[in-house]
Amino acid sequence: MIPEVGQFALVVALAVAILQCVVPLAGAARGNAVWMALARPAARVQFLLVLIAFGVLAHAFVTSDFSVAYVAANSSRALPVEYRFAAVWGGHEGSILLWLLMLTFWMLAVSFFSRHMPETMVARILAVMAFVSVGFLLFLLLTSSPFDRLLPAAPDGRDLNPMLQDPGMVIHPPMLYMGYVGFSVPFAFAIAALLGGNLDAAWARWSRPWTTVAWVFLTLGICLGSAWAYYTLGWGGWWFWDPVENASFMPWLVGTGLIHSLAVTEKRGAFKVWTVLLAIIAFSLSLLGTFLVRSGVLTSVHAFATDPRRGVFILGFLALVVGGSLALFAWRAPRVGLGGRFEVVSRESALLVNNVLMLAAAGTVALGTLYPIFMDSLGLGKISVGPPYFEAVFVPLMAPALFMMGVGPLARWKQASLPDIALRLRWAFGAAVLVAVIGPIGAGGWSVMVALGLLLAAWIAVAGVASLWQLLEGADASDRWWERLRRIRRVTPAVWGMLVAHLGVAVFVVGVTLVKGYESEQDVRMAFGETVAGGPYAFTLRDVRDGDGPNYRYQRATVEVSRDGRPYTTLFPEKRVYRVQSNPMTEAAIERSFTHDLYVSLGEALTPTAWTLRIYYKPFIDWIWAGCVLMALGGLLAVIDRRYRRGRGTA
Amino acid sequence: MKRFVIPLVVFGALVVFLAIGLTRDPREVPSPLVGKPAPAFSLSTLADPTRVLTPADLRGKVWLLNVWASWCVACRQEHPLLVEFARTHRVPIIGLDYKDKRDDALAWLMRFGNPYAASVVDADGRTGIEYGVYGVPETFLIDQEGIIRYKRIGPLTAEALRDEVMPLIRRYDVPAS
Repeated sequence: MIPEVGQFALVVALAVAILQCVVPLAGAARGNAVWMALARPAARVQFLLVLIAFGVLAHAFVTSDFSVAYVAANSSRALPVEYRFAAVWGGHEGSILLWLLMLTFWMLAVSFFSRHMPETMVARILAVMAFVSVGFLLFLLLTSSPFDRLLPAAPDGRDLNPMLQDPGMVIHPPMLYMGYVGFSVPFAFAIAALLGGNLDAAWARWSRPWTTVAWVFLTLGICLGSAWAYYTLGWGGWWFWDPVENASFMPWLVGTGLIHSLAVTEKRGAFKVWTVLLAIIAFSLSLLGTFLVRSGVLTSVHAFATDPRRGVFILGFLALVVGGSLALFAWRAPRVGLGGRFEVVSRESALLVNNVLMLAAAGTVALGTLYPIFMDSLGLGKISVGPPYFEAVFVPLMAPALFMMGVGPLARWKQASLPDIALRLRWAFGAAVLVAVIGPIGAGGWSVMVALGLLLAAWIAVAGVASLWQLLEGADASDRWWERLRRIRRVTPAVWGMLVAHLGVAVFVVGVTLVKGYESEQDVRMAFGETVAGGPYAFTLRDVRDGDGPNYRYQRATVEVSRDGRPYTTLFPEKRVYRVQSNPMTEAAIERSFTHDLYVSLGEALTPTAWTLRIYYKPFIDWIWAGCVLMALGGLLAVIDRRYRRGRGTA
Repeated sequence: MKRFVIPLVVFGALVVFLAIGLTRDPREVPSPLVGKPAPAFSLSTLADPTRVLTPADLRGKVWLLNVWASWCVACRQEHPLLVEFARTHRVPIIGLDYKDKRDDALAWLMRFGNPYAASVVDADGRTGIEYGVYGVPETFLIDQEGIIRYKRIGPLTAEALRDEVMPLIRRYDVPAS
């Protein structure tokens, strides 16, 4: 009986969502306070109902109720209990339910943290979010119910996809979805502001913390996904430009643009049209990502044909939500006005360049991701657009964006002086050039790409320090350095957040540059007792032994690593065969350190005593994820700034 | 005022493409190259960079030219089929390793198996342009006279191999008179 309770909870949630969409919106249009007041309680009830449905599904998984078709397809009795819980979002239906849970959670958060906002605004925001929720509830109930019964019940389940049986996979999708769905909040803010005609600085200030929190989640989600791919796919790669990754990267790029555009709208009243458009696009790309990943258009046309309703539904919903908001934008945006004027050399200009580049970057990723669909639509066949395209277009787009990151924070609002900026940044530029010239030689050989990467990274980092130094400047510029340092306590968390996030980008760029420039990969055949050299390290394969995990068999190699003749560490790469789905998985063994990873993964058995092994040396690869974590930390610092917690009326 | 409508128009076009993408099965369009001589190339082989292969070396044989790359996801889909087909030794498959790194390509073949009699390295993609490659993978059938008889864009399927490629092989692979 319990699964039916979940189904029922979803049906009631749909009714509540429809009420939450229609009544407050009508109330806001007519100025009826009672109707508007319905929004908050409805949002809370809706969250509870979806939470019940989610809890019911989780219960079915944990207790292995294989009379539920979705559970039977994604779990098994031998599956360890923590993975049974993670298996809730291991398939299509559960992912959508998780999406919905996140959406209602964000609504709940808005209902609590919106006391300082006008009632009409809150009513419209929650109504817009409820509209999105109606769409997803209908999608779940009509095309992909997770509670459908399988009668008679299966004796055992088909097990969770082995790729997903990993601790990283337990938290990766919730993080990613929190980010994806989080962009529904700035989207709802933008639509509410378009409807009410109040696109102003207050709107931007309310939107900022929500946007930043969503962005932080998305950053961490993408970071976890990349780390997960690195150690479970056995290839040593950290980004593959595959459609699923691109689907999360596009909203990230636009969200990054949105965060910066919101800053201009709040401080200077400018870029309102930009900000609204970016808010709409960021959420549209989240929806598009869901469409691409969930409809099957990209993976296989034939797989999709088994259930055409899903793709058609999401596309229809996408057209309604995005088309509707863009139509509203086309109707209302012309009346918005331009806001504060600014000169060509100013912080506004720097941020405008940032907006354009982020949008262009998202556009090129979209083009590369959708190109195969376009070709297919035109009847030209299914093809793959790979890393050569993305790498060729991305570097020229990102290099100027990274350069502007150094200049932007130093430029003054409204009007800046180019000679003044140049004067302040001359040491930063000198230091960056020095790093670009010397760094690559120290790291293992000079090359243009490495020099360019290090130049930009050093530039961002040093220019960040220079901009902090400028902030500490007193009324007269001749104050002593210790007097300046004493003012460091006055620097707001928002500014620290900006500096830390930018530093994160620099750290990320260092990681990418050095991995690309100096990684070494060897695919070797090794007999037991044989030794292979890789840089200063020597790898000796001792043996390969069989064993049993909870729901898989494994073969585990013992690889002894020595450095300069002395024992360094021992690595245990594994190959697993999961019993139910019987596909082999590689579990790479990785020795991490500050400056490099040693990465060993087990290939095939050639003879009983000889195997192929992949031995990778990855310099500075962990800096890639460290950079992402710093970016997210910067976002968190920005959010805790007291400015966003002021009461109503203090503009 | 009109510029505010631009996002809506762009999105409308996108929806149309996505909608068609949902309904279409990949279909073949006749390539302008079919019936024409296979463009010449002279590229070093993957296994041995000092060895050079040209289409002229294969004159008198019917052969398949398969465009692939280690970065290509769709190639993994058709690869088992190629490996299986190569075991029959019906006609040789020559791989055109497109815009790829030699090490990556060799590792890829080691991992998934090597169905190719030989692969040539088209690192800058110039030969791909000559062959009108839209994307990877693509497959060409070339006859004894060096004429392209068939082109497929996208992964080869068991049905396409059986119903389209094999009849053509039977037609063109006749003992030399």
